[in-house]
Amino acid sequence: MTCQCQNHEELNLLEQFPEKKVQLESYLDSLPLSDDREKNRSFLIQSLHKAQNIFGYLPESVQLFVSGKLKLHLAEVYGVISFYHYFTTIPVGKYKINVCTGTACFVKGSGAVLDELKRYLNIEEGETSKDKKFSLGGLRCVGACSLAPVVMVNEKVYGNVTSKMVPEIISECK
Amino acid sequence: MIDTPDKLYQLAEKLNKEKKASTRILISMGTCGVAAGGAPVVEAFKNEVAARKLESAVELVETGCMGLCHCEPSIEVINTIDGASVIYGDVKPDQAGAILDAASGTAVGSRVINRTWYYPEDEENTAGAIQARIVLRNCGRINPERLNDYIARSGYQALAKVLTGMKPHEVILEVIESGLRGRGGGGFPTGKKWSFAAAQETPVKYLICNADEGDPGAFMDRAVLEGDPHSVLEAMAIGGYAIGAHTGFIYIRAEYPLAIQRLHIAIKQAEEAGLLGKNIMGTGFDFTIELKYGAGAFVCGEETALIHSIEGMRGEPTFKPPFPAVSGLWKAPTVVNNVETFANLAAIFRKGPAWFKRIGSANSPGTKVFALAGKVDKVGLVEVPMGTPLKDIIFGLGNGIKYGKQFKAVQTGGPSGGCIRADKIDTPIDYEALIGLGSMMGSGGMIVLDEDDCMVNIAKFFLQFTLDESCGKCTPCRIGNTRLYEMLETICNGNGTQDTLVKLKTLSNIIKDTALCGLGQTSPNPVLSTMANFPEEYQAHIKDHKCPAGACKSLISFVINDNCVGCTLCARNCPVSCIAGERKGKHVIDQNICIKCGVCYQTCKFHAIDRN
Repeated sequence: MTCQCQNHEELNLLEQFPEKKVQLESYLDSLPLSDDREKNRSFLIQSLHKAQNIFGYLPESVQLFVSGKLKLHLAEVYGVISFYHYFTTIPVGKYKINVCTGTACFVKGSGAVLDELKRYLNIEEGETSKDKKFSLGGLRCVGACSLAPVVMVNEKVYGNVTSKMVPEIISECK
Repeated sequence: MIDTPDKLYQLAEKLNKEKKASTRILISMGTCGVAAGGAPVVEAFKNEVAARKLESAVELVETGCMGLCHCEPSIEVINTIDGASVIYGDVKPDQAGAILDAASGTAVGSRVINRTWYYPEDEENTAGAIQARIVLRNCGRINPERLNDYIARSGYQALAKVLTGMKPHEVILEVIESGLRGRGGGGFPTGKKWSFAAAQETPVKYLICNADEGDPGAFMDRAVLEGDPHSVLEAMAIGGYAIGAHTGFIYIRAEYPLAIQRLHIAIKQAEEAGLLGKNIMGTGFDFTIELKYGAGAFVCGEETALIHSIEGMRGEPTFKPPFPAVSGLWKAPTVVNNVETFANLAAIFRKGPAWFKRIGSANSPGTKVFALAGKVDKVGLVEVPMGTPLKDIIFGLGNGIKYGKQFKAVQTGGPSGGCIRADKIDTPIDYEALIGLGSMMGSGGMIVLDEDDCMVNIAKFFLQFTLDESCGKCTPCRIGNTRLYEMLETICNGNGTQDTLVKLKTLSNIIKDTALCGLGQTSPNPVLSTMANFPEEYQAHIKDHKCPAGACKSLISFVINDNCVGCTLCARNCPVSCIAGERKGKHVIDQNICIKCGVCYQTCKFHAIDRN
């Protein structure tokens, strides 16, 4: 677990994007929330999904906002965020490059493709490049096993990928 | 609005009598079909139909997965007058015109798929086919976004039958009688689970559909939810009636956007039609279904963890007992069943438990859906009766191994399962037989491995997965699996000893006995099964410092031999530029820089590179 302190230094996302704040606020206000924390808690995960959809990631300012609305402690909200792989507290790049980590892709050589992507982009799995252009990660089975190994760049699927296709795939990310 | 069961039957009759277009074209548009380029194909067919003014003669239907992953995008052209049908695979948009013109015959220049591989027309008459379709009966046949398509295929009639003619305990008895066992992997009798919850005398109970399919290499549940969402909703309402619950939840992975979208549509349609919600079909029974999203945690497939996740907490499992059927969601009695389990139920009630028991084996009636993938020639989603030999699936349906390589093993049960040796593939698959082979049924991933797969490395792959997914609550799983992984890494690096093997086995058994939940208790299975079934491979790594399959990087090296003609192809493709040599002269690989990616080995056209 790396330290998340860098989040304190960034601009408050809610102040930076007031229209996004309104979007999140109107969603949270539409939920049947009450003073009963246990009942509110069952809306936490869907609220975080919504928030991540809107902002792209979940920095502390967004976590605080959600925890306030749901009347939960920040620690409880952070505890949930850090448990689930889907949630991220660091910004993701413009291009999310995900290598399928399913078994079919593994036996067909997804490991070599991932290694090459790491080397080529000079970032590790789960990291974002300095220019915020690329994020690299793993992806659960997308069910396109006949195309294994599969790499997804945002919504686009690349099938039967070999390590030598890496420069080509990256060059398509303009 | 369907406010009496009679109206449902009348609607189904009317829909089946309606005059149909003479040609029906089914286009597979599940996630895999879309990934393989299904959308442009649909577009091309729409344009070609419009250009030929065939709108009244040709009906285009976007269906869920047909199971023909090896030749997506796939389409099926049905002549509704004589019932003849042709399946085309690898369809390109520019073939649409030719396929339309040859509607009754076969279009030239396109790939026709042999019908016998596919599935039988009639789910009751499975003679002569390896596959039988109960769970997937509507997948690839109907438009999942149209309720009437489902109703025309006897949809919601099982629910109507249950609500009008059966008491809750009779419903449970019928499920027990059918012998249906949980398809999530454990194989617990579904009827029995329901009876535990039904016995609890509390006003509030819950029914949960577990659609958190996290097994790497398995996508059966997604295919059902994308291709036939109403079958799950109908079965959940039946289950709710049986146990006395009025609220159901579907816990689904956020990574399945298409399935979520289709479920939302299906729930809305069913509620508007009076088939879900208040006073279903005028019978006075209320049942509502809500979606809850997972957020990428494999452990949430475990029922207590799943329940905590719905409650909005970290998805950590808790000790059983109390079982969820006694104290589950918000401490109320809760039944958790898998998607595939639910998908069986409507057919069981329509045709009766005796019919269901005739399919499959004595201890495991019915069918099982498998995601057949890996090194097999024809990757696909297949449904076979329980008791079908593995060989029929891998060689009959899968057409053996790709590129003529040697079949080595088959992995079932995902990270909780094991690897079955090639000489055991005559074994008929059911829950007990697979456990007997050191593996398990699991949710239905079936990965075929060939001579290039190192079994130590496969065990390491699954342990890596478990490490990523362990919730960290109990020590055996959190720390024990980390130590197992380190030991496997030592072996893969060529530094293992006989002592490592002893420790590996001892620790595996300790984790099995002491971990808190199913995830931890089954996590050493890939290690134990590969150690038992492939001891020679472990020995090769330890004694000879060799990886026979050539998969463990530390134990292999690439060397250029005298076949090299100096074409420079390898040097140009090498990602780290570690291959030097003059044009038309023999090249040399700098072993200090080489990252062993194997690109040179794959690209060389002169067999000039040896992998040692």
